[in-house]
Amino acid sequence: MAITTGVSLTRRRTRRVEALVRRLLLLCAVVSVATTLGIIGSLLFEAIDFFRVVSPREFFTGTSWGPTFKPATFGVLPLASATVLIALLGTAIAVPLGLGSAIFLSEYARPRTRALVKPALEVLAGIPTVVFGFFGLTFLTPRILQPLLPGTGVFNALGAAIVIGIAVTPLVASLAEDAMRAVPFGLREAAYGLGATRRTVSLRVVVPAALSGIMAGVILALSRAIGETMIVAIMAGQIPNLTLDPRQPMETMTAFIVQMSLGDTPYGSIEYKTIFAIGTTLFAMTLVLNIAALRFVRRFRERYE
Amino acid sequence: MRMAPRWLGAAALVVALSLAAVACGNTEEGGGGSTGGGLTGTVTGDGSSTVFPITQAVAEEFTAENPDVQVSVGISGTGGGFEKFCNGETDIQDASRPIEQDEIDLCRKNGIEYVELQVALDGLSVVVNPANDWASCLTVDQLKAIWEPGSEIDNWSQVDPSFPDRPLTLYGAGTDSGTFDYFTAAIVGEEGASRSDYTASEDDNVLVQGVAGDENALGYFGYAYYVENSDKLKVLAIDGGNGCVEPTPETINDGSYTPLSRPLFVYVKKASLANPAVVAFMDYYMANSQALVKDVGYIDVHPDTYAAEVKEWEDFKASA
Amino acid sequence: MSAATLARTVGASLATGKRAERSLGSLAFQLVLLVCLLVGLLTLATLLVDVLRKGVGGLDASFLTSLDSRFPEKAGIRPALVGTLWLMGLTAVISFPLGVGAAVYLEEFAPKNRFTSFLEVNVANLAAVPSVIYGLLGLAVFVRGLQMGRSIMAGAMTLVLLILPVIIVATREALRAVPDSIREGAYAVGATQGQTVWHQTLPAALPGTMTGMILGLSRAIGETAPLITLGALTFVNFVPRGPWDRFTAMPIQIFNWVSRPQSEFQNVAASGIILLLGVLLAMNGVAVYLRYRYERRW
Repeated sequence: MAITTGVSLTRRRTRRVEALVRRLLLLCAVVSVATTLGIIGSLLFEAIDFFRVVSPREFFTGTSWGPTFKPATFGVLPLASATVLIALLGTAIAVPLGLGSAIFLSEYARPRTRALVKPALEVLAGIPTVVFGFFGLTFLTPRILQPLLPGTGVFNALGAAIVIGIAVTPLVASLAEDAMRAVPFGLREAAYGLGATRRTVSLRVVVPAALSGIMAGVILALSRAIGETMIVAIMAGQIPNLTLDPRQPMETMTAFIVQMSLGDTPYGSIEYKTIFAIGTTLFAMTLVLNIAALRFVRRFRERYE
Repeated sequence: MRMAPRWLGAAALVVALSLAAVACGNTEEGGGGSTGGGLTGTVTGDGSSTVFPITQAVAEEFTAENPDVQVSVGISGTGGGFEKFCNGETDIQDASRPIEQDEIDLCRKNGIEYVELQVALDGLSVVVNPANDWASCLTVDQLKAIWEPGSEIDNWSQVDPSFPDRPLTLYGAGTDSGTFDYFTAAIVGEEGASRSDYTASEDDNVLVQGVAGDENALGYFGYAYYVENSDKLKVLAIDGGNGCVEPTPETINDGSYTPLSRPLFVYVKKASLANPAVVAFMDYYMANSQALVKDVGYIDVHPDTYAAEVKEWEDFKASA
Repeated sequence: MSAATLARTVGASLATGKRAERSLGSLAFQLVLLVCLLVGLLTLATLLVDVLRKGVGGLDASFLTSLDSRFPEKAGIRPALVGTLWLMGLTAVISFPLGVGAAVYLEEFAPKNRFTSFLEVNVANLAAVPSVIYGLLGLAVFVRGLQMGRSIMAGAMTLVLLILPVIIVATREALRAVPDSIREGAYAVGATQGQTVWHQTLPAALPGTMTGMILGLSRAIGETAPLITLGALTFVNFVPRGPWDRFTAMPIQIFNWVSRPQSEFQNVAASGIILLLGVLLAMNGVAVYLRYRYERRW
């Protein structure tokens, strides 16, 4: 903490300025809280309205989702299962790809290679999701998935998961790589001095030391995969389908939200209010996930120096 | 600290400056400059992405004659558009369906008066793969049997005994689109009444691809998408009670292609009549849309309907 | 190189432990890593080749200076390009201090209590909210609530909220990676906490912060749904001249072109995508340069 000797005017002024700055920074942090409150507020308001008409039991346990069909059904399970399936598959693809890329760039690649490749990977993060979606629909599914995996539909969850995985890889790769680069050289050199191979040093020394940053990337990637909208809307289809078979089309919660909010349903109708019910459910799901993940990560975080 | 090549910083600066120049440059614009003596003002439209191409075509030609009017059109969807319209935020609403009761109430609550103008027709086309040589005409009853909720038809021979024993794959509109609402209402009899095991997409290009690539396919979407891809698709004639009729500009226009000719609408806010730019724009719309709709794959309305709509517009203007 | 020579070379390097690779497993591991890297890069290459093939022919001066049209040969991207530039400029300028400020507070100044943990979880959770919800939020709060109208500013504020989690997380991780010895050294010569952060910790964390900005802005430039929801337009016949003007953006325009029935529009869309990636590269180029220049290894 600041050493409190001397009572020069400059020190006092500095202290006051710093107190002010600290308050400003707190304000910045509070913006995120304000955002959350805003989101929860706008979601809950309409969601409560929705649950007055549709029973929560039907919503949370029903297996058929068709608010615009007649008769209308409001069971969220098909949407939720699709969201979870695609998000998990997508993250399962992004984590090894991202981590592998990161280890390679950080431990094996030459500095010039890294200087070129890292920004290239980040360009991947900048490709608009609609472009990814159409790329998957017109290239990945017909040219790669359908020949290799019989029974794959034009719309399918697997293709969406793969494309999401690739789209989200830069998140994992960049953050993990930054974290690994920040591990002090001394640790590596100690290991090399003991005769370890590069592989051992990467996997047993660097990765555990950088785990905090790596996990941050993974959690961010998972969150992003859950919230991804356009790729699933374009590639996975727009008919809800309660199944675990990734070759089939299914609609995720996010795809439904975007379909409904840009579609022809009148605002204020019960079909429209489903957006808010789904949004609230999604928010709650990711909150639980993030709390669990953060608790898990905290246990394994290591600090050096 | 590593030193990057010295030119990198300069290059980045040059790029940043040139981007800024593009953003702020005012050399030539479509509107907003004072070229002296032209009509000025703003016109805001929003709503259906189906009707959007028509409004955009009108705006494009209107801009050529009135470069100082700022026209902007959005595609929030018919529902989203009506919400903004009934909140007084837009002058013009594109709609692929008539206004619904919830929206009428909202407009009334906010004191928004409006006029409904029919500006074009779309012929929903039922298409199959070109290799399909057994089907060329379907009755409304046959379509209904295929598409109604709970339908178990998954084979062409179940549609008509004379058809071969081949599986039937279905492609259709997304469930939150005017196309879906109209098709289900016209064919099955109730809006939203449809089986749910078909390949759905809001993007008709995807449906085109699906049907074009599948010999056993049957799909429905807007006429514009059929016409642009007529070399890859085969359209079916529909028997709405008066014999088999194929969708063509003529049959859609005179109503013989029934029941799948659907009207497309534009709504105009009464308060916007005080804005001369809006009045000029809508005058232009009513005068020229019938020619322009063909450029974007829609059909002009029947001359009788057209005369009625023009009169309705004139009456509305006079009532302001 | 014949199979025999290859086998001999590999065997030699394995036997002598050259480059610290002493087992076939190590070599295989390196290969696996390379494959991981190549999947992403190959996808990027495939995408780029496809897009370039379709779109590079259409990238001419008239494309850059025209308005949109119902005819593919006349369609241009000028309003959308300017809209995106304005949007990205505002988003970058607003999100940087906000995100870095929040991260600095959370990492350097906040007491380790329950409130701070809650803030941490909150930020991570916001990354999972679908972008459309941010659009609805922006519509309610910025467009209507704060009366900004369907302006670039409302769009930029919404995008700022959308990408704030990435920037905060990346900056926090970068701050965490700065060794405490740096901070302690500064305190030892009499610096206050603020001076330490401003002169030592933050500059050291700059590269990681840049990563966050790159990832965040990359996300923002490609977002369509939230902008449409809050009222960004698809056709405008004018070029926005200030942050309070109505606007359209490149991804919206591209999405619109892709959905048109005429197949030539696919090529127009491809031209738009190339331009979008160009803008992205230029934008990120600044951040990449800064990151490269201020990189440090401990």
